Amino acid sequence: MDTESTYSGYSHYSGRSRGSHRHGERSRDRHKSRSKDSRSEKSVTINTPPAEPLLGDSAVRGEQVQDDNWGETTTAVTGTSEHSLSQEDIVRITKDLEDSVGLDCRRYLTRTLAVILGLLVFLTPLAFLVLPHLLWQEKLQSCGTACEGLFISVAFKLLILLLAVWALFFRPARAGLPRVFVFRVLLAVLVLLFVASYWLFYSVRILDSQDENYQGIVQYAVSLVDALLFIHYLAIVLLELRQLQPCFSVCVTRSTDGETRQYNLGQLSIQRAALAIIEHYYCDFPIHNPALLSASKSRAAKHLAGLKVYNVDGPGNNAAAGLAHSQSRAMIAAAARRRDTSHNELYYEEAEHERRVRKRKARLVVAVEEAFTHIKRMQEEEQKKAPGDVMDPREAAQAIFPSMARALQKYLRTTKQQHCHSMESIQQHLAFCITNNMTPKAFLESYLTPGPTLQYSRNHWLARQWTLISEASVTSGLKDGTVFLLKCVDFSLVVTSKKIPYIQMSEEYIDPKSHKFVLRLQSETSV
Amino acid sequence: MSFIPGQPVTAVVERIEIQKLRQDGNLILGFSIGGGIDQDPGQNPFSEDKTDKGIYVTRTSPGGPAEAAGLKVGDKIMQVNGWDMTMVTHDQARKKLTKKNEDVVRLLVTRKSLEDAVKKSMNPCYPRP
Repeated sequence: MDTESTYSGYSHYSGRSRGSHRHGERSRDRHKSRSKDSRSEKSVTINTPPAEPLLGDSAVRGEQVQDDNWGETTTAVTGTSEHSLSQEDIVRITKDLEDSVGLDCRRYLTRTLAVILGLLVFLTPLAFLVLPHLLWQEKLQSCGTACEGLFISVAFKLLILLLAVWALFFRPARAGLPRVFVFRVLLAVLVLLFVASYWLFYSVRILDSQDENYQGIVQYAVSLVDALLFIHYLAIVLLELRQLQPCFSVCVTRSTDGETRQYNLGQLSIQRAALAIIEHYYCDFPIHNPALLSASKSRAAKHLAGLKVYNVDGPGNNAAAGLAHSQSRAMIAAAARRRDTSHNELYYEEAEHERRVRKRKARLVVAVEEAFTHIKRMQEEEQKKAPGDVMDPREAAQAIFPSMARALQKYLRTTKQQHCHSMESIQQHLAFCITNNMTPKAFLESYLTPGPTLQYSRNHWLARQWTLISEASVTSGLKDGTVFLLKCVDFSLVVTSKKIPYIQMSEEYIDPKSHKFVLRLQSETSV
Repeated sequence: MSFIPGQPVTAVVERIEIQKLRQDGNLILGFSIGGGIDQDPGQNPFSEDKTDKGIYVTRTSPGGPAEAAGLKVGDKIMQVNGWDMTMVTHDQARKKLTKKNEDVVRLLVTRKSLEDAVKKSMNPCYPRP
């Protein structure tokens, strides 16, 4: 499937200046005498973008070269041609619809359960303190000073517990994972059992017998709160601290172009490790560019198309499996023997491409540097003096953009990045650079090297829906040699993990006075 | 040939006089030296005591003046023209041997066979022929 949609937003924003550039270039090619007209970059015209709305990064299939001639060559202009969607957009929309329905139920369910448990835990000590007053007020001993001091301690500990539980459990979730988080479930069960046992003891020994010793009851409630704080401490260790110490080194490879990174992770379950890796992916891996893979695909296609196998012996002679086996063997043998010159083509093609990219880059750098000289930042005093032709950053960006637009567009097309940057985003970036006093080199940096996926606009993040494919259960922990896949729409990330080895270190003491040296020369001189 | 630090060194020496030969504008003696107080004495194949940092003859060129004068490989040079060679660096020894204004060097060399010869002659058990 060839989704190499060569798009750039300029096709519909074909401003007059760009048109005049192209026209100037054409005329220069045809009539070499008219060289002066082509240098129309200096006279800048500002174009307002046309009012027709485009669907974000909608892609148009077709060649850019026919930009100026489109009025003459297209026979019909239908309403859909400007609102066409690419394959990527369709997939993205369906994915967005899918994931919004299913997981929400589960999230709300877990949230509700957690809130109920929290309320139960929070209200239990209060209930322990209040129930004696309600039920057998007359028999109760009065609360002395020590007892009232314990009230304060209960209050503050409950407050700390409340804050701590909120901080650990009730923050907005970063991601939705396929299975429940085992440690949280275990902790919830532990807390439930714990509170249940306390209630059991309380109801049997205190409620039934109607104990008058109120101080003892208060101390019992305090001990409950203390134990809950300790359980919270255990929760911190299990949930947060345990995975901090690096234990495994995981190697993440992107399946389409082989980009590899290594990360250090602690002891995590496979799903949490996958989550950590995806977060690193968005920050570290350069953006996935399917346009760069077409060359190797075409080479592979040529290999396959080169040989055909005919079955001369007639049908029904051999068993099907044996036939296929011998066929493939024959193909491999023939391919090995064939004198293939595709490596030659590859070498020259790559050299040619490299040269072209460098030439375009040189033109681009010069155009941008020249464009930046047209603008000067106005100082405060001058602002008061000449309020004439003053522009804010956005207008200034629009003013100098046309002079570098063509060079930039050609460079992006040569490096096959044109679908990553829309004209709007380029102008925004230019305004940003102008505002922050950046040099032309700083402005160009984001176009010369492909950056991490987060750097581009949101619709380039393509998949926020990832599928974890693993042979082991996803709630089991990472082990040495674990392999799993993180699949998204266009590519998958292959992850392998290796355990960091156990290190046995011994010490050796060196006396500082023992550093003595002697020359080890063995010269022999003839005299 | 071993010495006790602080005590004077005694050795049986042979006096060898070598005439320098003029070859290609240089005055050569026709042997090579090794050793010196700045060298590693453990690597000396000719010394008995591996802490001996004296100057030893490591090679004699065949037909050269040194061989003609009777210098042998493994000899330890004790003096050159009166200059002491038992406590010098390798470079100092080379300089003392290759002075351009001297035509002849008078060496005092010692070797194990000399000691043995003297001991044998002094030993009264062996009857003299």
